[in-house]
Amino acid sequence: MTDVTKIIEVEHLNFRYPQTEGRPALNDVNLTIEQGEWVAIIGHNGSGKSTLAKSLDGLLPLTPDSGTIRVAGITLSEDNVWNIRRQIGMVFQNPDNQFVGATVEDDVAFGLENIGLPREEMLTRVHAALKRVRMLEFADREPARLSGGQKQRVAIAGIIALQPQIIILDESTSMLDPTGRIEVLETVRELKEQANLTVISITHDIDEAANANRIIILDDGEIKESGTPAEIFQYGERLIELGLDVPYAERLKAALRRQNLVVPQQYLTEEGLVDWLWTLHSKM
Amino acid sequence: MDITFKDVDYTYQAGTPFESQALHDINLTIADHSFTAIIGHTGSGKSTLVQHLNALLKPTSGTVTIGERKITPETNNKHLKPLRQKVGMVFQFPESQLFEETVAKDIAFGPMNFGMSAEDAAKKAAEMLNLVGLPADLLERSPFDLSGGQMRRVAIAGVLAMTPEVLVLDEPTAGLDPAGRREIMGMVTQLHEKQHLTVILITHHMEDVASYADHVVVMEHGTIAKVGKPSDVFQDVAWLQERQLGVPETTEFAARLQKQGFHFDRLPLTEVELAAALLPQLPREAVQPHDE
Amino acid sequence: MMNKLLLGRFIPGHSLVHRLDPRSKLLLSFYYIGIIFLANNWQTYLVLFLFTILAVRLSEIKMSFFIRGVRPLIWLILFTVLLQVFFTRGGTTYWSWGPIVLSQFGIVNGIYIFMRFVLIIFMSTLLTLTTPPLSLADAIEAILKPLRVVHFPVYEVALMLSIALRFVPTLMDETEKIMNAQRARGVDFGEGNLFQQMRAVVPLLIPLFVSSFNRAEDLATAMEARGYQGGEGRSKYRVLVWHAIDSWSVVGFAILTVILIWLRA
Repeated sequence: MTDVTKIIEVEHLNFRYPQTEGRPALNDVNLTIEQGEWVAIIGHNGSGKSTLAKSLDGLLPLTPDSGTIRVAGITLSEDNVWNIRRQIGMVFQNPDNQFVGATVEDDVAFGLENIGLPREEMLTRVHAALKRVRMLEFADREPARLSGGQKQRVAIAGIIALQPQIIILDESTSMLDPTGRIEVLETVRELKEQANLTVISITHDIDEAANANRIIILDDGEIKESGTPAEIFQYGERLIELGLDVPYAERLKAALRRQNLVVPQQYLTEEGLVDWLWTLHSKM
Repeated sequence: MDITFKDVDYTYQAGTPFESQALHDINLTIADHSFTAIIGHTGSGKSTLVQHLNALLKPTSGTVTIGERKITPETNNKHLKPLRQKVGMVFQFPESQLFEETVAKDIAFGPMNFGMSAEDAAKKAAEMLNLVGLPADLLERSPFDLSGGQMRRVAIAGVLAMTPEVLVLDEPTAGLDPAGRREIMGMVTQLHEKQHLTVILITHHMEDVASYADHVVVMEHGTIAKVGKPSDVFQDVAWLQERQLGVPETTEFAARLQKQGFHFDRLPLTEVELAAALLPQLPREAVQPHDE
Repeated sequence: MMNKLLLGRFIPGHSLVHRLDPRSKLLLSFYYIGIIFLANNWQTYLVLFLFTILAVRLSEIKMSFFIRGVRPLIWLILFTVLLQVFFTRGGTTYWSWGPIVLSQFGIVNGIYIFMRFVLIIFMSTLLTLTTPPLSLADAIEAILKPLRVVHFPVYEVALMLSIALRFVPTLMDETEKIMNAQRARGVDFGEGNLFQQMRAVVPLLIPLFVSSFNRAEDLATAMEARGYQGGEGRSKYRVLVWHAIDSWSVVGFAILTVILIWLRA
């Protein structure tokens, strides 16, 4: 085991999808993620975000010259890919296409069955996991009778039942309605607090990115920037090209600037902007 | 072409043990050339409502009038083609309707079903591809080789090729990145303003409602809870938030400022309006003319 | 279209029949179809009829659901019955025209055949109305288990079956969605001559295949990410429990068999 606080270390990662010409999907990506960190990875469609996420979980055919990936001190190779997958839980984009079980509890149990957990232990873990995502009362429901947000919460329950160290959200909220999106993000936030999980979220959603400790911008398979949300959000209008919306406070600042008002350069949260406007107003 | 709903009810699987009422007491008029947004939670009946616009569903009771055409529970399922041609329908994730070998053929599919000659339809396909902002060299490509965003535009082009007078879009930007979302909404606005299409948009994005719509219908539990101009409907921030429907960010932000002591005659909907309303309430010295 | 497919539609409940182990329900249903052929006079048919009505009552499901189950097959039933009626000779002959006869035996046989159809449909409808498809899949897995000796991939087949069942509603929604989208583009499903109808299916089937393949690919990735490495070494969350009522049902069917053998001509 190397440094345990570095839960993910990626060095010189390269990847090209078989039978594709042109530029590689990932080009010399170097990345370190600390335990307990929430990292948002953003980038426009086709920038390599999902490829990066899948490669961390050993879901891509990596070759020896692809670079190295270390998860919780284990270097990813064909022999220990299953050990690595036990450390990482992934929630994918389409809620329907990752629901394996015929009912909610069966789906949560799926991962547990895969590791051959005794049934008694499964019952306890399924119950606990469903309780933590507040889906206990839906335990015997079929997926057809759940909303998108509920299905994603079941997917999350299936992950935490396996007690991994890392959760990867691969555009998990992009197909949900606003209510579903909030449900899922709240759930992940709570779980992260309780279990000191490391969260990597691939997203276009500004609220999801604002939740993160750090935002990484991927462009054409390369890491372009990395910084706190406040640092990244200063980019204003440029964020759209990078695959993210402009935070509301920045948009309002831009509109005020167009009215010739002198506004602060640094990033303000909405809260901060209200305070700043109020202070200004009270000087009248 | 005006569209009117009169006392419309709709029940799924009526007369079976599985029946469930999806719409009740719908009374609504959508004016020609208007831009109407329909908002509401998943399951509130939005999608059921719009499927009445081209008689994919017929009311269980009541009447839907689309231009000259009246649709009642008794309406025969035949001879609906002229109506379907006039009301173009872009469903959620419309890329799933693509099936032809080439983009050109797929776009031409609709118009040819409505009796256009192959030659004219091919011309139309090229024209529509351009209209949705895609390069002409995609015409002979397979739609399945395109990116997700491109596939969606091809699907929209396939609907526009039928030259509808009314365009219904069910969350056309779902699952797209912000740039893709802007492009699609830009295109819809163009169609409304330049081609004078009547647009009916189902959306969860209150920003889009605030920026583009001139009419908004709020659906709740299968009926219309509120209807009016966005600037009127969004005034009632508390009412909307109670129902977790969301309000435009500007309106929400302005409501917060109002609580702090700022004053607005009416809550603004866009940041431009808000900036204009804030200016008189801020000290002169904070404003500096730019020397640009 | 889909609404008419009552076959295989589960109605949740807590009746005696609902609570039976799916294994016993599945096996007893098959057994019942077997012993129906023991019946050959009005007494035996009456016993079977009463037994079936009792089973239906015990399920606490309305009779109308069962009658609905018969409706889609009514033409097949009538055809078979008429075949029996007009081509069976024996007893008094009431009327004849060439090879077609209306005889006493023919009429009696026709009634018996009709009864047989209705009883089989009622009992299999009872099975599917009271058993969730998933439990049926479990039962099939349990029954197939001995085949593992000959290296039959029982676990894999069971998982496939359960995933297939789980995706039925998803694909039905998808089908309806695509049909609507193509209708909106001017396709008439179920209209015109056979050739036109076949052509109308293409814009439905191709998108459905494409989307199913995409789903399958996504699902495979998700299953792999969740540690699925094949059937070996997996434990099982769902277990089937044999209760006293299951044993009593078996006893009930045994008694029925004895009565039938005793009463038959």
